[in-house]
Formats: sequence, structure tokens, C-alpha cells
Amino acid sequence: MTVPDDRSGDRRGGLNRSRQNAPDDRGGGGGGLNRPRQDMPVAWSDLRRFTAARVALGRAGNGLPTAAHLDFQEAHAKARDAVHSALDVDALTAAVAPLSVLRVASQAADRRAFLLRPDLGRRLREADRAALPVAPGSFLFVVADGLCASGVQQQAPALLAAAVPLLQRAGLEVAPVVVAAQGRVALGDEIGAAMGAAMVAVLIGERPGLTATDSLGVYLTLAPRPGRTDAERNCISNIRAGGMSAAAAAEKLLWLAGAALRLGATGVALKDAQPATPLLPR
Amino acid sequence: MGFAQAVGGTRYLFPDLKTLLARATPLRSGDVLAGVAAETAAERVAAQRALADLPLAHLLAEVVIPPEVDEVTRLILDRHDAAAFAPVRSLTVGGFRDWLLSADTAALAALAPGLMPEMAAAVCKIMRLQDLVAVAAKCRVVTRFRNTLGLPGRLAIRLQPNDPLDDPRGVAAAVLDGLLLGAGDAVIGVNPASDNIETTLRLLELLDAVRDRYAIPTQSCVLTHVTTSLLAMERGAPVDLVFQSIGGTEAVNRSFGVSLALLREAHEAALALRRGTLGSNVMYFETGQGSALSAEAHHGCDQQTLEARSYAVAREYAPLLVNSVVGFIGPEYLFDGKQITRAGLEDHFCGKLLGLPMGVDVCYTNHAEADQDDMDALLTLLGVAGVNYVMGVPGADDVMLAYQSTSFHDGLYARAVLGKRPAPEFEAWMQGIGIEAASGAGLLPGRLAPALAGLE
Repeated sequence: MTVPDDRSGDRRGGLNRSRQNAPDDRGGGGGGLNRPRQDMPVAWSDLRRFTAARVALGRAGNGLPTAAHLDFQEAHAKARDAVHSALDVDALTAAVAPLSVLRVASQAADRRAFLLRPDLGRRLREADRAALPVAPGSFLFVVADGLCASGVQQQAPALLAAAVPLLQRAGLEVAPVVVAAQGRVALGDEIGAAMGAAMVAVLIGERPGLTATDSLGVYLTLAPRPGRTDAERNCISNIRAGGMSAAAAAEKLLWLAGAALRLGATGVALKDAQPATPLLPR
Repeated sequence: MGFAQAVGGTRYLFPDLKTLLARATPLRSGDVLAGVAAETAAERVAAQRALADLPLAHLLAEVVIPPEVDEVTRLILDRHDAAAFAPVRSLTVGGFRDWLLSADTAALAALAPGLMPEMAAAVCKIMRLQDLVAVAAKCRVVTRFRNTLGLPGRLAIRLQPNDPLDDPRGVAAAVLDGLLLGAGDAVIGVNPASDNIETTLRLLELLDAVRDRYAIPTQSCVLTHVTTSLLAMERGAPVDLVFQSIGGTEAVNRSFGVSLALLREAHEAALALRRGTLGSNVMYFETGQGSALSAEAHHGCDQQTLEARSYAVAREYAPLLVNSVVGFIGPEYLFDGKQITRAGLEDHFCGKLLGLPMGVDVCYTNHAEADQDDMDALLTLLGVAGVNYVMGVPGADDVMLAYQSTSFHDGLYARAVLGKRPAPEFEAWMQGIGIEAASGAGLLPGRLAPALAGLE
């Protein structure tokens, strides 16, 4: 599917449980079991070579051994803390310098409101809309905390540092970066429309899993305006250490931006024109 | 026609049936988000009292979504069996609750074709968790493909070996891990990371080869879109079960890219393959409260009523497996462990009452207010309620979908404390190859050679 995947927290498709972009985070993929004789038992723990999933955890009765249980608890604790982390805008501003930064917030007053009312996270605070400058025809970056501020804090500066020069070299004018608190993907539509941007890329924290708690997603929308649907966006997912690199994501964003301008569209139409990428490792 | 009820000196008015049903629904975030929830606890109980006094037959007369705009409503009305409905026709919704608590297994089975989903949803709203467990535990729905699911005293596990890259080795390793821990009798079913046809074909071939080489009496499934499964069948791929996510309105199904006609086409194609050895239940459906609202396809109805309507879609195609993915859809629909727990038991109850082989994906996401303790409680409650199957994911951590479901270990726990066993054919297979002794020793049994699953 071409719409943002469920980890943006803006999922509209409800049950479509697939994921477009996948992490590439396993080490030692070239390893393998020695060819066993079929009547020779093999150690259960050898299965760990083939997957990052929690296989071969052993058993304590029917339950998890203590160490495996606490490993899980630690991973969940980190994911929960990541969901409830807050964006440090001063630190982010310093990290993206010399790019200039504008601060806004959605209508979700706090984390609880953000989680319960996705509609408020898609709407800009009235006062903030009035204060936005116009930047007609520009390429606009909106950096939003989404479901994981810590992921944005860690990944967004490197992505901006890689992407902005590429876009400028391609002749695009890059608007001041807008940093949005308690923001969802569609908040970029309202900000982009208010500023008159040609295109908006929303850099947003993805819902943390137990293995990746610092992942960034990018959602590109041509001619942003309120009412755009997820089918009108393109997504780059899983930008993090161990996932897609900032440099690779910047190249991908440049490719998508160029294709969007040629086609006059983002979303389904653009996806169809994209060259296929290999789905399985060679 | 409207409904009125006084509580505490205040008179509450409910303009129509769908509003009455929504206001009577125990609190959940999705109904608040949709703007259909009761505003106060008193309004909610007023709606519950008014609903309890409503004749059950009224639900045949006043539909929540007009048949002119919704093929699911038309299906529900077309399929209603008046003769099966006769034993409860004269009851109110409140009287129906009492009837259910006293009914036996045979009476419940005979009633199923006479029930509209809205009737199950209505009575559900005036039932406590205990009632939902007690009635569901009396329902029995048995289905067959290569084994027998839903028998009394049995609890099956879907082995869910998802891999973020659809890497056949990652899938195979998770399959072996699950088999070693007693999972896989419900189905060995992969959610592919990609909807790509070539990936689907490769995964289908892998799962079928593993099942065949280890001679496992079970079925496999790649949970891809129904159109991709149709394409795979055209290409001669080994499709045991056809999967699809479904919802309770024509519009939400359209957002999933399906219609009743398309599901019928897929059902007929899967039946024509004649791959089942013990039976011909060839469909696998997933549902979940909140999907219609998330697709803006809810027609002002509450999410639990719409969930029950999705079971009318499911039962049209005699599925082997149906499960709600209860905690997956997110905290804007079910906020915390309490809401997820109640919804999981509601979905299981309504599905069983309507004659479906219900399982539940006992699960949560990291932005919901829930944790492993909540899952333990819901899993145990569902086990007592006689759930046909639950999920088995390595270590409860789905590394592809990034959410937490029940683990293989959780399945072992539930079977042990509840005195349940795997599906009989699968249990015999496990005993035959010595799984319990091998896993106790930290080994794979000789007959589960990893090389046969492509791990070398």
C-alpha cells in the first residue's frame, strides 16, 4: 500500500496489517546451521541465527525464564517512555542550525489528548496559524513529535542536514523548518497551506516497537491543504540506526520530490511510477 | 421512533435505535471520538434500562444502517432465519439476557441462525464480563480443514511467524520455535510485510513445504489481501486458507478493497482447490472494533455494534477461523487494558453466539495504556470462556507489526492452567515426534530437521 503505515499513529485503514518499509537490522544473516543428519537433534538455540525475533527463549515450566522476562519488560519500558517523551525544541533548534526554526503546536493540549483525539493532533492552534510566514512555492519541512519525540530528536537533525543541500542543489527553495508539538502527519497539510508551500515533508516519530524505539518516518505531500488523504502521500519509514540511514532517506526524498513535481501528484500515482525494489535479500 | 427513560429525576431521550445502542455501550474511547457515547454514567444506564425493555423483535423492524445504502444490512436481513428466532421472538433484550444465562449448548447452537448481529450486540451491552464468559463457554463451534478446531477441552494456537523482511529463513526459524512450544494447530499464518505477489507465492510455498515435510496435520495461510490470494490461486500456489480483514459496513469493506461478491469469488476459488482433508472451512477473517470509524464508514453507530455486524459478513462464508485483533487498532478506539479486556470478551461472545469459530488476538500497542498483566488477564478470561484459538508470537513480540500479542509460552500456560489440549490430530502429531521431551532438553526433535525448512 502507498499510504502511511500503521506506525505513524495516523493509520486510517484500520486492519490492514502490512508494513511497507522494513528494517534491516539483523546481524550475521550469512550464518547457517551445519547440515544436520535428519535423525540428529539440533540445539534449539541455533534458531537465533536466522531471526531477530525472540526465538529459543527456553522454558521455566511453561513460562519465560527470568532473564527473558526481564528483557521483555525492559524493552516495553523503553517503548513506553519513548511514547511519552517530549520534544526538546531548544535542543532541536540548536541541532539543526543554521536552518531557522518556527515553533507551533497542534490543538492537542497534552499527550493524553493527543492519544485519545487524533483529530486534534491534525489541527493547528489558531494563534500559531496566524503567526506563520508565507513561503510561496517552497519545499517545507515540518518536524513533529508524533508517537515518539525521542526518535525525532535523534534522527531529524541528520536527515535535515543531508536533505536540505540536496533539495537546494536541485533548485528547490527550502522554507524555514516548522517544529510542531503534539503533531500528527496531517498537521503538515494545514501548515503547508498557510505558508503556501509547494510540497511538505513531515518528519515524524513512529510508534515505538520493542526492538526499535527511535524510528523516524517521512510523509511527502504535494500541494498540501486540509482534507488531503493518506492515499495522497508517500512514505519513507524506519529511518534510524540499524534501519534506513539519513543519507539514504535524503536521496529517496529527493527522488520522490522530483517525481512528484514531474507527475503533479504524490501518493498512489507516484508509487505506481516508482521502480520496484527487491523484497528479499539476495 | 424514539426511546425515553428516566434515571435520578432526569428524563433521557434517544431518537433512534442506533443512538440508543451507542449510549448504552460501556465507555470506550472510540465511541467518544465518534461523538456517539453517553455523556454521563446516568445517561448510559438510562439507555441500558431502555434497551433492556426493548422487544428483541424491534431490531428486525428498525435497522441501524439503511439497506438501500449498505449491502451488509441487506445480507443480515436476507439471511435472518425466522424459525430459529422463534424461541426468543417474544422476549425483550433484558429477557433475552436471562434466557441466554439459562440456555444450554444445544439451544444456543439452534438459535444462531435466528440472531441478527445487532441482537447479540444489544444484549452484550447489558452484560457483565462474567455473563459474557458464562454464555460463551456454553457455545460450541467446531470447524475442520486438516484438523478439528473448537472441540470441548481444546485450545488451539495460530503460529504467527512474521518477519520484517519476509525473509524465508526468519519465518522458518519462528515456525520451528512455535512448533517446539506446541503452537500451530489453528494455522501457521504469516502476515507478509509486503503485499507483493512474488513474496506471497514464496511464503506460500515455504509454509506448504514445511507442513508437508514435517507431516503436520494443520493448515497454512499468508494473510495477504484477498485479491492477491486469488492471483496466487490462479498461478497454482498452495493456498489452504484465504484471508481477509472485514468490517461491519459496506463502506468499511470498500476501504479494505473488498465486497461480498469478491469474498464469494474467493471462497468459491478456495473450495475448488479441495485441499482440506477433514473439512472444507477455507476462510480466515480478522475484524476489530474501531475499523469502521477509522475509515469514516461508521454511519453514526457505536463500534461494538459494527463489530458484531462484521460477523454477519464472516458467517456467510463458513470460515475455519475468525478473530478480532482487539488491542491492535489503537488507544483512540480502546484506550487501556480495561477497555481492551471488555472488548475482547464482547467480540468473542458475539461471534460465538452468531455461530462463528472465534479466536482473539489478545494484544496491545505501545501507545495504549496496557501491558503484559492486562494480556494475562484477558487470555485467562478468554480461555475460561472457551475461545477457539489465540495467537502465538515468539516472545510475544511481533517484530514485523511492532505490537505485542500472546507468546507461544502464553499458549502453554493457558492450556496448562485450564486443562486444555491442542487439536486432537495435532496433539497426536506432537506426541509422535517427541516434541515435549526434546524441548525440555533444549533440542529440536530429529524429525524437525531445520534443513527441511530451508535452514542450512
